[in-house]
Amino acid sequence: MAQMTMVQAITDALKTEMQNDENVLVFGEDVGNNGGVFRATEGLQKEFGEDRVFDTPLAESGIGGLAIGLALQGFRPVPEIQFFGFVYEVMDSISGQMARMRFRSGGSLNAPITLRSPFGGGVHTPEMHADSLELLMTSQPGLKVVVPSTPYDAKGLLISAIRDNDPVIFLEHLKLYRSGRQEVPEEAYTIPLGKADIKREGKDLTIIAYGAMVQESLKAAEELEKEGYSAEVIDLRTIQPLDIEAIVASVEKTGRAMVVQEAQKQAGIAANVVAEIMDRAILSLEAPVLRVTAPDSIFPFSQAEQVWLPNSKDILETAKKVLTF
Amino acid sequence: MAAKKSQQFDPVETLHAIEEKFEMVQVLNEEGEIVNEQADPKLSDEELQELMSRMVYTRILDQRSISLNRQGRLGFYAPTAGQEASQLASHFALKKEDFILPGYRDVPQLIWHGWPLHQAFLFSRGHFMGNQMPEGLNILPPQIIIGAQYIQAAGVALGMQKRKKEAVAVTYTGDGGSSQGDFYEGINFAGSFRAPAIFFVQNNQYAISTPRELQTSAKTIAQKAVAAGIPGVLVDGMDPLAVYSVTRDARERAIRGEGPTLIETLCYRYGPHTMAGDDPTRYRTSDTDSEWEKKDPLIRFRKYLEAKGIWNEEKENEVIEKAKEEIKAAVKKADSAPKQTVTNLLEIMYEEVPFNVQEQLDIYKAKESK
Repeated sequence: MAQMTMVQAITDALKTEMQNDENVLVFGEDVGNNGGVFRATEGLQKEFGEDRVFDTPLAESGIGGLAIGLALQGFRPVPEIQFFGFVYEVMDSISGQMARMRFRSGGSLNAPITLRSPFGGGVHTPEMHADSLELLMTSQPGLKVVVPSTPYDAKGLLISAIRDNDPVIFLEHLKLYRSGRQEVPEEAYTIPLGKADIKREGKDLTIIAYGAMVQESLKAAEELEKEGYSAEVIDLRTIQPLDIEAIVASVEKTGRAMVVQEAQKQAGIAANVVAEIMDRAILSLEAPVLRVTAPDSIFPFSQAEQVWLPNSKDILETAKKVLTF
Repeated sequence: MAAKKSQQFDPVETLHAIEEKFEMVQVLNEEGEIVNEQADPKLSDEELQELMSRMVYTRILDQRSISLNRQGRLGFYAPTAGQEASQLASHFALKKEDFILPGYRDVPQLIWHGWPLHQAFLFSRGHFMGNQMPEGLNILPPQIIIGAQYIQAAGVALGMQKRKKEAVAVTYTGDGGSSQGDFYEGINFAGSFRAPAIFFVQNNQYAISTPRELQTSAKTIAQKAVAAGIPGVLVDGMDPLAVYSVTRDARERAIRGEGPTLIETLCYRYGPHTMAGDDPTRYRTSDTDSEWEKKDPLIRFRKYLEAKGIWNEEKENEVIEKAKEEIKAAVKKADSAPKQTVTNLLEIMYEEVPFNVQEQLDIYKAKESK
């Protein structure tokens, strides 16, 4: 076991799968010699050569198309989009092409592509670097969307994503890249896609979150404990498909729930979770299911970032409303 | 003190000098005479007959497809008459192991590459079994998004290079497609990796109704290759021998590791953009139509073959009859495909059906079993 940051765990996962399967290719802007702008691909070109780890010309749509073509030749491409705010440039390749490969070919072709990309607020990036655009992906049938919240999860989920035979969008929160270290096994291990994780057990309230909001929710849960409330924190880990069973089981236990997302309220991952709870567990509820989200503006210029982003205080405030309803 | 003008770089002069270089390659003129011995691919009599048969067959297929569409027996269809040399003579220079990434008008190349005709009809009818690719058939279904196939072709070609295959990725778009960002990204990526690809622009003069002049101020589309640092060729797209010749050369360069080529074929579609209500009289004149009909690829190739004494009416009628019979049989086969269900489609969304889809699958199974 080694202590790793999330970005190190991601590099380790890539390395593990490149050793495990010679069809795995890593490519994108500056991922080769430079090791990626966040060093997520550090050392990979040196170890695996320029044939398997390579820089591309600067064009996101081209990177997406390249991934599809390589998949058609039996490779398992792991392209990087340097920042997820650039995803608009590659939307057709993702939603119009790779998500539809199996469907369009009547199930005879597939696109085992893992598209990695950093996103997320709190690190004062320029415009179009930090936005939470995951809803664009989760609303597209044919994709799976994964957002890890810890180094351990990141490695296991990324290995599962690379081994998956369908396209997976793997979103790495910038603030989590180096915010903490965790024991991460050196060998290969997988964490199943589509399965949530209970990050903290509780009996009075279920807080459902993903990405950087998991840490904020855990902080809020600690504060709640001081006030005598026991909150359960569920980390969705995969936001498409959702682990509806885990959500419902927890809500049936606690009778109260809230959903936290870093994205704007109108970018409704949380809304979807709330609707699922309404469909399946309304008779277990003691209170309305509330949401904590960012406001419905465009992701702010960095000086307003700290106020705009949901945090543990916002979560605590909403949690009390749900608990005292 | 001003520098002498003659020593300065003159961007306008440079542009014109480059544009002048892109002369149209022609081998066979409209009268069916060889006008360029050097570029004559010297196909054998059997090869010439086979290429002619494919063009005649495909013209019939186009006519039958249009008529089946009008009877409501086919769905989406983009007519191909006028583009036989561009489509079939380019394909004739390919091998089975080459991978084709087509646009939506490129059904003929797919059929001659091995896509069963009844599946092409099922695709047209919007049935998912049409696109179920037989094992070992190196094609994608027709692409709807203009230009998306170009960047994928760069990927297929790079994959072939990594696999050390003796094969090329071949993709087709139109004059309109050459304005898309993906067009440039595709040729640029393939050029950057020196990947074995051939990029075709079938310049049939109109993107639906928008004339070629509006797409770009570039004199030719072929010259766009210069910006990507790859060879570009302008070819008479109504001349099967010229199209074959430049495609064969591009393929050989690609196999030798010299990277991709962009080929612009000057051609014309006689019919509408698709059978879904396009009316070409709104944007082009019958004079233009007849000007291009004089260049027809079948007419000039027929003249050439007849002069060589290897083609006649009887041979042509044999092909026509064969085409009609096979089309009839393929329609019958397409008719016998099982009814498509929503259940079928939900089942192929992912390798393993996820929870949300499974629930809906159960609902549609019940609905559709009634």
